[in-house]
Amino acid sequence: MKVTFWGTRGSLASPGPDTVRYGGNTSCVSVVGSEGTVLILDAGTGIRRLGLSIPSDVKQIHILLTHLHMDHIQGFPFFAPLRRPGVEIHVWGPASTTLHLSARLQKYLSPPLFPVSVRELTANLRFHELPAQTLEIGEITVHAQMVVHPNPTIGYRIQCDNAAVAYLPDHEPALGSPTFPLSRDKSWTSGFDLAEGADLLIHDAQFTDQEYQTRMGFGHSSIRQAFQFAKLTGVKHLAPFHHDPAHSDDQLDRMFEEAIAEMQPSFSVTPSRERLSLDAVC
Amino acid sequence: MSQQEIEVILSRHLAEYLAMPIFIVNPEGDLLFYNEPAEAILGTRYNETGIMPASEWSTVFHPKDLGGNPIPPKDLPLMIALTKRYPAHKNFLIRGLDGTMREIELTAFPLIGQADRFLGAIAIFWEITSK
Repeated sequence: MKVTFWGTRGSLASPGPDTVRYGGNTSCVSVVGSEGTVLILDAGTGIRRLGLSIPSDVKQIHILLTHLHMDHIQGFPFFAPLRRPGVEIHVWGPASTTLHLSARLQKYLSPPLFPVSVRELTANLRFHELPAQTLEIGEITVHAQMVVHPNPTIGYRIQCDNAAVAYLPDHEPALGSPTFPLSRDKSWTSGFDLAEGADLLIHDAQFTDQEYQTRMGFGHSSIRQAFQFAKLTGVKHLAPFHHDPAHSDDQLDRMFEEAIAEMQPSFSVTPSRERLSLDAVC
Repeated sequence: MSQQEIEVILSRHLAEYLAMPIFIVNPEGDLLFYNEPAEAILGTRYNETGIMPASEWSTVFHPKDLGGNPIPPKDLPLMIALTKRYPAHKNFLIRGLDGTMREIELTAFPLIGQADRFLGAIAIFWEITSK
């Protein structure tokens, strides 16, 4: 599988001279399977550039939303294939007991918040609610499971040819768990099944330790917690993700260098940044 | 053992911070967790008993009505919440594993997650100290 990052920022798009290297676009990652199937993980502002790169002969696209916070859907109406006749776009996202996924997305995709409504888009849009099943999309198998983050939020495990990528961009497994990350708590650790043994873990690492102390319960992890979760789940490669909009490129460089030096992880660490591509092989 | 559902994990975290005794069971009725205040009433520690099947917890505490008659497992509020999936409440007696008989008041409710996933049930109970 080839994984490409189109948006790595959390909370709010933050373009500017201080965020050139890691990027200012919000969450969006593409995964291409061994036979060419393309999955898109989240529709933050990074999906705009991704949409422009998708060839016009692609007739089916799957977008897997983790949740409906604005930084994960704001780019959706700017995804160019939505305006291509004959393109079938499947949107997967968390279920709710009150409103269907499409109705909840239309809260944003309708006036006065946005001038174009869903029914005005040219592509054939289909909405599916999760979790309830394991998905088979082409040669790729997707497992979906709820994870700790405010409002229903899904994490994904994507498998293809015995390689696995886990995507938990907004995740606070340490919330309320005074023993995190002790190994005896595996079965009581949010996201454990999704990430266990993954070849690549894309995980929330928004805060410093100091910032986490005043943002506990926001649904995000510190860099240290991301490393601890990666160690607990035995992954081979960690891509810290969902960078805080207040952190500049230089700050992020320093934070990751310090974390690696201090924690000496036994797995590879590649901080996610826009335009980075990684191969996940078993 | 596979990972618990997220709503169950969060329920446990909440129970660990609350001062009210709380039981959490899965859809099969296995007692997954009880907090420290519950340990004081049950007379045993979670770390000692671990996960307990329904057949055990529904009888091991010898539940009796206030007249001293044994309560069949199916009439316990937590079993009603599990099997009928609606809330139930009862005032009854239990004998803790420390041998002490206590009167408790217990409310149980089913735990239903998004997409109508049935995840088990939760019981919150209070020891009646004077009546």
